[in-house]
Amino acid sequence: MKYLDEYRDEKIARGIVAELGRRATRPWVLMEICGGQTHTLMRYGIDEMLPAGIELVHGPGCPVCVTSLETIDKAIEIASRPDVTLISYGDMLRVPGSRTDLFHVKAQGGDVRVVYSPTEALKFARAHPARKVVFFAIGFETTAPANAMAVWQAKREGLGNFSMLASHVLVPPAIRALLGSRRNRVQGFIGPGHVCTVMGYREYEELIREFRVPIVVGGFEPLDLLEAILMLVKQLEEGRAEVENQYVRAASYEGNLLAQKVLREVFEVCDRKWRGIGGIRESGLNLREEYSAFDADRIFGTEGVAADEPAECISAEVLQGLKKPMDCSAFGTRCTPENPLGAPMVSSEGACAAYYRYRRHALTAKANR
Amino acid sequence: MCLAIPGKIVSSELQNGIRVGRVQFGGITRETCLDFVPEASIGDYVIVHVGFAISLVDREEAERSYEALEAMGLLNGELESELEESQAEQ
Ligand code: SF4
Repeated sequence: MKYLDEYRDEKIARGIVAELGRRATRPWVLMEICGGQTHTLMRYGIDEMLPAGIELVHGPGCPVCVTSLETIDKAIEIASRPDVTLISYGDMLRVPGSRTDLFHVKAQGGDVRVVYSPTEALKFARAHPARKVVFFAIGFETTAPANAMAVWQAKREGLGNFSMLASHVLVPPAIRALLGSRRNRVQGFIGPGHVCTVMGYREYEELIREFRVPIVVGGFEPLDLLEAILMLVKQLEEGRAEVENQYVRAASYEGNLLAQKVLREVFEVCDRKWRGIGGIRESGLNLREEYSAFDADRIFGTEGVAADEPAECISAEVLQGLKKPMDCSAFGTRCTPENPLGAPMVSSEGACAAYYRYRRHALTAKANR
Repeated sequence: MCLAIPGKIVSSELQNGIRVGRVQFGGITRETCLDFVPEASIGDYVIVHVGFAISLVDREEAERSYEALEAMGLLNGELESELEESQAEQ
């Protein structure tokens, strides 16, 4: 398809890898933030094509994976009520909560539905005025404007049976938390192309001033990612630390101003707990006071729900790029996509699920050695 | 779920004051909100995420960066074959 297939050309990919080999004079550790990018890297084996010494670690950019256990438990509690229809993006159903998951709530008769777009949740609420329709709104800055638009429309229409359990997270505060950690190994970042399509990459300049680390906004196709890696290695080898944009065909410095406007109208920045990582200051979005009538957390009184995360899952280290999924003792045995112990095994954008799908052979090879 | 993919706008209309279009991705077509991309018209490519177009694909940039990548690939291909020839000569 146009503007997709072109960016998968193998000959060009080999050219970029050769160029990387000429440029890189020492090892570098790079992180891709976005789970969509992790998926592409694994699927096309890009991590295995790179010259030795260039290591990719995978960031916390899968919204399904970082939604806190508390929030999942809240969704489960709300979905268990007989008068509620809980609507969510598909992957959320299998994310383990403290005791159960949404899929089991559904199997036991709970009305849990999956949509592709928040618009469908709105349509459902309009068509079923007797149901309390709750949209479980997760996502990064890419998804926030779409979810904001749904609430904005509900308010405009006076749709009293629609509400939102909002669990939005923001990328720049997460990068700041990673870089500020004593254990940080990351020397350069592939920036999240679609987050920047919405927000622009202006916000990343501050991070560079603070930490002197190169950030290259990258797309999602194999060649996008290879080119972004090359741009990062060039910067590192030349001792530069700048924000550069590889994904010029969609992302810009300013981003999408209309999407940002709706986002700011409906949401405000709040502190947020990330699954596996913990609390990060000013790293989330919640509904503004003017929209509190649509806040499911208030409507259903779930604000007090608290939960502790299981010990065996090392997703905290995986999501911070400190460990690879294979380092987890449960990987591929007690934890599989069919029976996930931790959230990164659920979504196809989660690092554990991507490794399970595309790197199991490496694990078998290790076992046979 | 954070995936966003390029598709082609095949129709556009107003629904409840919101601009909605049908966008084609390979074989399938989906209803898509076009409110965030007022500059996009029928025939344009947009990046779509959870039913919302978040950006127009800049055709010139798409082609320019692809050509730049292609040039790099071809150039390196030539270098490699030169190298192979000179090795063969030795
Ligand atoms: S393999 Fe499973 S248990 Fe281990 S870190 Fe990943 S999600 Fe957690």
